[in-house]
Amino acid sequence: MISLAGRDILHAWGKFVFTGVGLGLLIGVTLTMAGVYRGMVDDAKVLLDNSGADLWVVQQDTLGPYAEPSSLYDDVYRTILGMPGVGRAANVTYLTMQVRLGERDVRAMVVGVVPGGTGEPGQPVYLIAGRQITRSHYEAVADIATGFKLGERIQIRRNHYTVVGLTRRMVSSGGDPMVFIPLKDAQEAQFLKDNDAIVQQRRRTAANPAFNRPGTPGLLDAVIASQSVNPYINAVLVQVKPGFIPEAVAEPIRRWKHLQVYTRAQMEEILIGKLIATAAKQIGMFLVILAIVSAAIVAFIIYTLTLGKIREIAVLKLIGTRNRTIAGMILQQALGLGMIGFVVGKIAATFWAPIFPKYVLLEPGDSVRGFIAVMVICVLASVLAIRAALKVDPAEAIGG
Amino acid sequence: MADMLGKGIRIEGLRKRYGKGDTAVDALKGVDMQVAPGEVVGLIGPSGSGKSTLLKCLGAVIEPTGGRMTLGEEVIYDNRWTTADLRALRRDRIGFVFQAPYLIPFLDVTDNVALLPMLAGRSNAESRKRALELLEALDVAHRAKAMPSQLSGGEQQRVAIARALVNRPPVILADEPTAPLDSERALAVIHILNRMARQYETAIIVVTHDEKIIPTFKRIYHIRDGKTQEEAGEGRVFEPDGG
Repeated sequence: MISLAGRDILHAWGKFVFTGVGLGLLIGVTLTMAGVYRGMVDDAKVLLDNSGADLWVVQQDTLGPYAEPSSLYDDVYRTILGMPGVGRAANVTYLTMQVRLGERDVRAMVVGVVPGGTGEPGQPVYLIAGRQITRSHYEAVADIATGFKLGERIQIRRNHYTVVGLTRRMVSSGGDPMVFIPLKDAQEAQFLKDNDAIVQQRRRTAANPAFNRPGTPGLLDAVIASQSVNPYINAVLVQVKPGFIPEAVAEPIRRWKHLQVYTRAQMEEILIGKLIATAAKQIGMFLVILAIVSAAIVAFIIYTLTLGKIREIAVLKLIGTRNRTIAGMILQQALGLGMIGFVVGKIAATFWAPIFPKYVLLEPGDSVRGFIAVMVICVLASVLAIRAALKVDPAEAIGG
Repeated sequence: MADMLGKGIRIEGLRKRYGKGDTAVDALKGVDMQVAPGEVVGLIGPSGSGKSTLLKCLGAVIEPTGGRMTLGEEVIYDNRWTTADLRALRRDRIGFVFQAPYLIPFLDVTDNVALLPMLAGRSNAESRKRALELLEALDVAHRAKAMPSQLSGGEQQRVAIARALVNRPPVILADEPTAPLDSERALAVIHILNRMARQYETAIIVVTHDEKIIPTFKRIYHIRDGKTQEEAGEGRVFEPDGG
């Protein structure tokens, strides 16, 4: 028996291909939306991987440093270093801001790290060009997504930094590329006030009688000096010694240092379960709507194609074609359309994904799930057309 | 005549009522008709006389309200016929030719004809061989690979006749087969139907309004107000050029 669906598709291939391309672009958007979500999750995991930490020590009762603000004194790391099982500990600050290069600026997460070699907690894991930060001031390592080049001078607040190294895939959970600068500079950048504000703050402090008591000379100067430094960091990144279990190392720090400590799994839960949860739901809603729209489009197309063949279907039924054969023809056409659409969508998504400003991760598993979903949608969408075809009375082929 | 009807069709007192109660309409009020194998009869009548209803009953697509219809030795619609049986009956034992050819637009000429034997379970090769034989007999074999849209009206109608004949049905029902054709082509179609009826021992009923072809029938059934009346026709023979 010949394939009626195949012959119909070959006969009207232009219509099928153009319809399939239209549907494919929609499927491409759906796959891309899934890729955007996967990219967000991957960015979150990369952020954790690239931090080089086993534990994140943050301010008590906060979900810091990525999901909530966290503030610790910058000498806390010394006491943490003394805890059992702690191999290395390093201060780190995070601040998302605009980084200027000449006339243009780039949204970036500025990370303050202790200058040192590769492998130190918080340092970029690897460089694709240049070197790590070795000086305590005015050097930067940037992710290539910022568009910065080696040797360029970038501006963060009032200070200029020379790009000495470039790295790749170092992004925040929001997908912003990272710029690493020395910790001291980052601390200053976080709390730096403009000159007018500093003058005003000093005048207010000087006007406070509590700081101008007779018999305590130098108090005012001491207070003003303390106001012009920032001893805070956002987190201490900890690497545990080989053979120690991170949770076992975290527990004494929580207990004795009264700090919040998160393991890798807990931090991943915070990032994926809390920080990007709303965005994930948003994308989920888009996926559901796109799936419904795709189903409606396939249903409409197949229904319209079937209505255009009512007379032929009546003739087929009159000359003894089984309902099963006619239903099979419509179903195969719907599946054929879905297959064309999926191939077009997959190709389109693969081509346009790298153009997106944020990372779009097209996972093979999602493609397989997408293909199955498209096929299921096509089967469901063909039901309406099959119903219409089965209702056709063979007598319609005979006039009168 | 009764002997000749061994494979033909016989209708006795066929009735069809649409609707119920006060709104019921009797479309057929006891139709009697018989057509022998190899015979082509005309069925003529004004609009609303019941021609199409009779054709639908004969074509096993609507069930008559009463009466008896015999195809060959077999009584149709005697409560033993399932939907699948009726479908097989239409596929294997009744051929249809319509006013418009209604060829399947996405199948070429050969497969349009070969589709019926394929549906009946015959192999593609055998079905196509049978189709090509018929296309040869109907002088359209040279268009075997063409699509229906590439054929002239007369060629399409000949392909439709080949499709109706391909399963060697004992009966062919032709519903206004010459309506869209000019006189010459219309008469050529009737000539073909007569030739095929003789060649394949098929009983052919031609429903028509076409004044051009009515003189070609040897027997004509007039249908009026749901009843038929038989009369002798002129039986004029038409021989097309070269035919």
